[in-house]
Amino acid sequence: MKILIKIKVNKKDYELAVEPNMTLKDLLRDELNLMGTKEGCGLGECGTCTVLMDGNPVLSCIMLAVEADNHEIETIEGLETEKGLHPIQQAFVEKGAIQCGFCTPGMILSAKALLDSNPNPTEYEIRKAISGNLCRCTGYQKIVEAIRTVSEDKQTTGIKA
Amino acid sequence: MEKYYTVNSRAARIDAPAKANGSARFINDFNMPEQLYGALLQSPIAHGRIKKIDTSKAWKVPGVKSIVTAEDAGLVKYGVSPARYDETLFCSDKVRYVGDDIAAVAALDSETAQEAISLIDVEYEELPALLSIDDATREGAPLIHDDFPGNICAEVHHEFGDVEEALSSCDIVRTDTFQSKMQDCAFLEPQGCVAHYDHRGYLTLYSSTQVPHYVQRTVAMVLGLPVGKVRVVKFYVGGGFGGKLAANAMDISSCLLSIKTGKPVKMIYNREQVFLYSRSRHGFTHNMTTGVKKDGTIVALKHSCDLEGGAYTSYGIATVYYAGSLLGGPYKIQHMKYDARRVYTNKPACGAQRGHGGVIARAAWEQQLDTLAEELGMDPVELRLKNMMENGDTSCNELYMSSLGMRECIESVRDKSGWIKKKGSLPKGKGIGISCGFFVSGAGFPIYRSDTYHSTATIKVNEDGGTIHLYTASAEIGQGSDTTFGMIAAETLGVPLDAVRVSSGDTDFGIDLGAYSSRQTLMTGRAVQYAAEDAKRQILEALADELKIAIQDLDIKNGNIVFKRPDVNFDTLRRKYLQEHRGWTQLPDGKELTFCEAARIAFIARGSIIGKGKYKPRWLGGTYKGAAVGTSPAYGCSAQVVELSVDMDTGQIHIDGMTDAHDCGFAINRTSVEGQIQGSLMMGVGEAMFEEIKYDEKGKILNPNFAEYKIPTALDMPNVVPIIVESDEPYGPYGAKEVGEGAIMPTIPAILNALYDATGIRFKELPLTPERVYKAIKEKREKDAGKKA
Repeated sequence: MKILIKIKVNKKDYELAVEPNMTLKDLLRDELNLMGTKEGCGLGECGTCTVLMDGNPVLSCIMLAVEADNHEIETIEGLETEKGLHPIQQAFVEKGAIQCGFCTPGMILSAKALLDSNPNPTEYEIRKAISGNLCRCTGYQKIVEAIRTVSEDKQTTGIKA
Repeated sequence: MEKYYTVNSRAARIDAPAKANGSARFINDFNMPEQLYGALLQSPIAHGRIKKIDTSKAWKVPGVKSIVTAEDAGLVKYGVSPARYDETLFCSDKVRYVGDDIAAVAALDSETAQEAISLIDVEYEELPALLSIDDATREGAPLIHDDFPGNICAEVHHEFGDVEEALSSCDIVRTDTFQSKMQDCAFLEPQGCVAHYDHRGYLTLYSSTQVPHYVQRTVAMVLGLPVGKVRVVKFYVGGGFGGKLAANAMDISSCLLSIKTGKPVKMIYNREQVFLYSRSRHGFTHNMTTGVKKDGTIVALKHSCDLEGGAYTSYGIATVYYAGSLLGGPYKIQHMKYDARRVYTNKPACGAQRGHGGVIARAAWEQQLDTLAEELGMDPVELRLKNMMENGDTSCNELYMSSLGMRECIESVRDKSGWIKKKGSLPKGKGIGISCGFFVSGAGFPIYRSDTYHSTATIKVNEDGGTIHLYTASAEIGQGSDTTFGMIAAETLGVPLDAVRVSSGDTDFGIDLGAYSSRQTLMTGRAVQYAAEDAKRQILEALADELKIAIQDLDIKNGNIVFKRPDVNFDTLRRKYLQEHRGWTQLPDGKELTFCEAARIAFIARGSIIGKGKYKPRWLGGTYKGAAVGTSPAYGCSAQVVELSVDMDTGQIHIDGMTDAHDCGFAINRTSVEGQIQGSLMMGVGEAMFEEIKYDEKGKILNPNFAEYKIPTALDMPNVVPIIVESDEPYGPYGAKEVGEGAIMPTIPAILNALYDATGIRFKELPLTPERVYKAIKEKREKDAGKKA
C-alpha cells in the first residue's frame, strides 16, 4: 500500500503517495524527473547519488523516500538561479573540476554542505568532506581547487554562496 | 612562436555547465515511450555444460514480452579481433565464467523482468573451474574453448637482435619476476543501453560506449542486419578507461529483444554486473632478464610474460603484444626478446585498460632498471638520461620517434621535485623514486583489417554565417575530446570557440574508431583540422571571387577577415549583408569584415558550406608478424618522481608528493592535459596500492563493489605537480599527441622505487596493501636480526 508523504524538493512542496520500498533516488528521478541525481553503485558506496536533506549530504540510493517525509531535499537542479550557476558550479566549470561529470552532482552537493557549515575549510577538511564521493577521472585535485576558490571568494567578498 | 587565439589555452570545457547543473544526460537518464525493461540471466557457475534451458515458467509471468536464448539469437561468433572471435551472444553448449550470459528477458518493468529471469531453469553439468594459469595449463585440464589446446588463447615470440649473445657480453645481468592481479576500470557510470527497432527496419542503439563504430559493426554482424540500418549513439559517458570498448551482451540482446517486440528495450548493468563484464586489466606475470655495461648502457632485455585472460579474448590478442612491444621505448635497446602467452581461465574476460598491456610490464622493468642503477653505483636519473631515445630514433622493434621530449621530462621532474637534494638523504620510512613512461598516440591499425579512415570530420558552416557545427563520430567519455576538437576547429577556421557547436558520438556523423589507444587528439584532431581548413578555403574562395582578389591575400583570425593587402574595399559586401537584416540590431559596423558577414556572403554565392576532413596514419606496418601492435603515428612519453612515507609498524603507505612531466606534443587545452595527468596518476596509485579483483574457490568475485574493491578517495591523493612538455609532434594537429593513457605509465614503478628507497625492500607483487608491505618489513627485520646474531 502506498504511503502519503510531504516533502520539499528544491524549495517546492510536494504531497506524494509512494511505495514503502521506493528509494529517495527513484522518487527524485522517476517521479519528479530530476535526473541530475545519479546512481553509480546502488549500495551507498560511491556517493554519486548524494543529495542534501535539511542541508546534510545523504545517499539517496539507500534511503527510502518515506524517510524524507517532512524534510527538505536539495538536488543539483536546485542550485542554479536566474542569476546563473551557483558559485560552486561556476568554480567547477572554470577550474576544470569536471571530466566525465557523473560524480559531479554529488560532489558539488557535498561541497555545498561543507561550505554552508564551514565557509573557511582547510584543504584536509575539503578532502574529508568529499571523501565519500568517488571520482575516477580527475584525481580530485582540480575539484579541491574549485572548492577552495569558492571559500576564498566568500572570505574576500563576504557573500554567502 | 605563432600567436594562437584558442588552442594552448585553458578554455573551460564546453560540456561543463550542463554537467555542473545536472542537465547533462547519460544513458540511464534516457527513456523512450512504451519502453520495455530488459534483464539478463547470467551463469551462477564458473564452468559447466548446459544440459537444458527451460523458459516455460518465465513466460507465464504477466508482463513478460519476450525471452531470448541462443536458439533465438543464433551462434554467430563475435569478439573484438576477427582473429579471435570466440563469443556468442548467449551460451548454448557451455558456460565459461560466473556471469556468462545465457538468456535475456524484456518485460513491462524491471522487477517483472528480474522475476522472469529467476524462473528460467537451467540444468548444468558442472566442470572443474580453472581459476589460475597453473590450473588452466596443467596436463589434462579440460578445455575452456575446444579449439584452443592447452587453454592457450594466444602466443607471441619475438626476437630483435641476438639476445643471448648480447647478454653474454654484459657486465651485469639480472633476472626478476613481477606479478599483478586482475583489476577493474571502475568507471562511475555503469554500462547501459536503449535499443529501438523501428517499423522500417532501422535499428538505433543508444549505448554508453567508447566505440560507437565497433559496436555498430558487431551488432550488425551478430544480428545479420545491414550495417547501414544500424545506428549507434552515445550520450555523455561516465568514464570508460577501456571497459566500454566493445558491444556487450546487454547491447546486442537489447537490440534482439527490440526486434522481437517492436518496442524500445532498456537495460542497465548493476555494479556487480560491471565487475562481471570486466574487460579490464589482465593479471600479468613477467620474467625479465636485463643486461647492462659497466658504463650504464642498457644492452639487452630477455622478457617472458604470462597473461591471465579470463574466459574470452576481448582485446587480449592486442594486450599480449603490447605487454612486450611497448618496452621498445623510450630507451635505446638493441636486443630484445619477448615470449608470451595469454591463457584462458574461468573468470570474467580481461581486455584493455588505460595504458593497454604496458602498465605492469613498465612497472616491472622500471623497477629492475632501478635495481641495476644501484648495482652500477649510478643515479637512477643518470641511467635513464644515458639510455633514452631522442627525436628521429627508431627502436629495435621498428617504432619511430617522430617527436620525443624524454630529456625535458626527466630533467624537469628531477629539478622540480628536488631529487638531487633528497635522493639518498631521506630518513628511514621515507622514500623517493623515479620512473619513465612511454605509450602509443593511437593504434596504427584498426581492430579489424581494413583500409578505412580512422576518423572523419564534417564542419557545416551555418547558413546565417554566425556559427559552425562540427560533427564527428568520436567518443567524448569524459576526457574532454569535444572541447579539444571544438578548439581545433575554432583555431583553424579562425572563429572564437563560442561560435563552434560540437556533435559527436553518433555513427551517422561519419567514421571514428573511438576513444582507445589514446588516439583521438591526434587522429580525430587531424580530421577536424582538415575539415576546418576545407571550410575556410571555401569561404575564402567565395570571398576572393566577390572582391576580385587572390585567395592568398585573405585569412580569417579570431572571427574577422584579415586582408593582407591595404587596398581592399568591402563596402559592397557589407551593404549586401546589412540589406538582409533590416530592422535588426547589433549589426557589424566596425573596420573589419566579420566572419559572420563573410560566411553569409559565401553561402549566398555557393550554397551550404561544408568542410570535410579525414585521417588515417601513413603505413606503419613493420616487417614482422605482430608488428602492427605497438605501431603508432607518434609516441607520448613521461617521467615521474614519487615521494612517500611508510609506517614501518603497520605497512601503511602514504603518498606525500608526485611530480609528473608528460610530453603531449602540444597542449590543445592545458587544463585538460593536467586533468589527464592527475587522473592517470590517481588510477596508478589505486592499482599500485589497493586494487585487486578477488575470487572464491568456485570462481565467484568476492568484491564486486566499491566497499571492497577500493579505488582512491580524495584523502588518498596528494597534490600532483603536473608539468606539460611540448615536443611539437609533426604528425599531430598543431603538434599535439596523446596524454590520456600514457600518463599512467610511470606511476606504479615510481611508487615501487620510492618504496624501496623507504624500506630497502623490492616488492615483486601488486597491490602494495598494508598487509603485504608489513609482512615484508617484518621478514626483513627478522632476517637482519638473524644476520646480526
